[in-house]
Amino acid sequence: MPGIWTILRVTLREGIRRRLLLALGGLSLVGVLITAWGYAELPNLPGGRGATGLETDQLQLIASQLLILVMFMFSFVLALAAVFAAAPSVAGELETGEMVAVLARPVPRRSVLLGKWLALAIVVVVYALGATALEFAAVLITTGYHPPHPIEASLYLAGEGLVTLALAMALSTRVPPVTAGIIAMLLFGIAWVGGVVGGIGAAFGDPVVGQLGTVTRIVLPTDGLWRGAIFSLEPGSMVLAGAAAGPQIAAFPFYASAPPPLVYLAWSLIWVAGMLAIAVVSFERRDL
Amino acid sequence: MAATSPVVEFHALTKRYGRTTALDDLDLQVDRGEVFGLLGANGAGKTTAVKVLLGLTRPTSGGGSLLGMPFGDPESRRRVGYLPELFRYQGWLTGGEVLRLHAELSGLAPERWAEEIDTVLATADLRTRADDRVSTYSKGMQQRLGLAVALLGRPEVVVLDEPSTALDPLGRHELRGTIRGLRELGTTVILNSHQLTEVEQVCDRVAIIHLGRLLAVGALSDLLVAGGIRLRAIGLSPAAEDELARAGEGGLERDGPWLIVRGATEEQIPELVEMIVRSGGRVYGVELMHPTLEDRFRQLLGSA
Repeated sequence: MPGIWTILRVTLREGIRRRLLLALGGLSLVGVLITAWGYAELPNLPGGRGATGLETDQLQLIASQLLILVMFMFSFVLALAAVFAAAPSVAGELETGEMVAVLARPVPRRSVLLGKWLALAIVVVVYALGATALEFAAVLITTGYHPPHPIEASLYLAGEGLVTLALAMALSTRVPPVTAGIIAMLLFGIAWVGGVVGGIGAAFGDPVVGQLGTVTRIVLPTDGLWRGAIFSLEPGSMVLAGAAAGPQIAAFPFYASAPPPLVYLAWSLIWVAGMLAIAVVSFERRDL
Repeated sequence: MAATSPVVEFHALTKRYGRTTALDDLDLQVDRGEVFGLLGANGAGKTTAVKVLLGLTRPTSGGGSLLGMPFGDPESRRRVGYLPELFRYQGWLTGGEVLRLHAELSGLAPERWAEEIDTVLATADLRTRADDRVSTYSKGMQQRLGLAVALLGRPEVVVLDEPSTALDPLGRHELRGTIRGLRELGTTVILNSHQLTEVEQVCDRVAIIHLGRLLAVGALSDLLVAGGIRLRAIGLSPAAEDELARAGEGGLERDGPWLIVRGATEEQIPELVEMIVRSGGRVYGVELMHPTLEDRFRQLLGSA
């Protein structure tokens, strides 16, 4: 695809020159430091100091739950960054006119679109892996807790970012930047709430409400991948306790009883590829 | 490809946006090496025609070719330079970096980049600002950068869509010189403009478009309406008006209080004044009119 690497490089350069990467990296580092301070204070909580083995378990359980909450924050930041980087990348440049001069070159539109997506995908993946690695290091150093599947957790978060990125990019080929951003964020939020409501349905034995979560996870795989991240971060004791608690535990939004099946991961990949294909067709058919 | 083969051809090209017809059954051809003017009022369809030929917009029906390839084929744009009407370049890049980006995208051999970029920077008078970010450029400088982008790599066809809207008088003069220089190099130039004097001064052939329809096309000399003599006179009898109408080759026209004896020459001025005075009329003013495209343009738009 001629031009794809040129567009990729120039998009990355734009991220650097416009200080997007600096803001993302710098503020995330601040977030990690603040949470590290919080973790470090955990052993000083009343009843925590001089803990026996049981108390150490408690500490690790609390640390794991806090880690999941912090990761939820990172997944939200990741989705937000992906949406607000992707939404103006096509629509914004079409509005200002920057895109016209580029598309008048012997470059297929799919090269422009996919070049931009790939550049932002690199940012999303590097950010997801970097921010989570720092957070895992912080929690390990301060509390001694290490999640059972850290790499998988990071990859699930990166996957969530890539799904959001593809969605925002597709919307950006047809609707103005602000609208594309708002639609993508709303869908991200609806998918998460759909998962929570589905969990409540499963907990209280209502199959119709329970199905809602399944449907939203298929329509937009962000929540399904987030559940994978939760499972990767939970200590074994939490999973066992959850299983012993019965079906009602499904109502708890920060608990996952199992990782997403392989077929779901395959579906997520197909979903991203399909959304990019839709974005390409939509962009190629658009009159400028 | 033969030296005289058309560089651009539109065949029965129609473009509609909803219920608005931007181009209506356009048949047009631009030959190699000519400076071709697309002339029309705002909203006439000039920019749509250019966007269709560059593959930026798809026609509703009909089609055409650019350098022998169908519209929309990315390869057809390899030897084309384009300055859009809405010129905007990446503000976070320097002027030199914008040109480098376009050199890369146009498929220019990397060993030619430095020389080509330096040449077009000189043409656009931007050499001293090449290392400054585009966001610091004035509007006129951004339009000159757009011209530099369009000329990069010595393209066979240069499409300039309203290229002087942000330029000062000196910049416009230099632009006309650049276009004439391109003609001398054998480059085909398509100039979209609603500035008649600009088109008059540089174009070999002109097409006049109105509401998406082609009203006239031809060599500039064929389209220019003959000049004439403008007279401000009162008290003319119908017989004297008939006599005046016969004096010029193009008949008699009225323009407010003025009469225009179309086709009359400077040598006829005393004779025309005498004619009016003899018939009992009084003359308050006389002007010699040069042949202009504007008159032709107004005539065509008036009849359309």
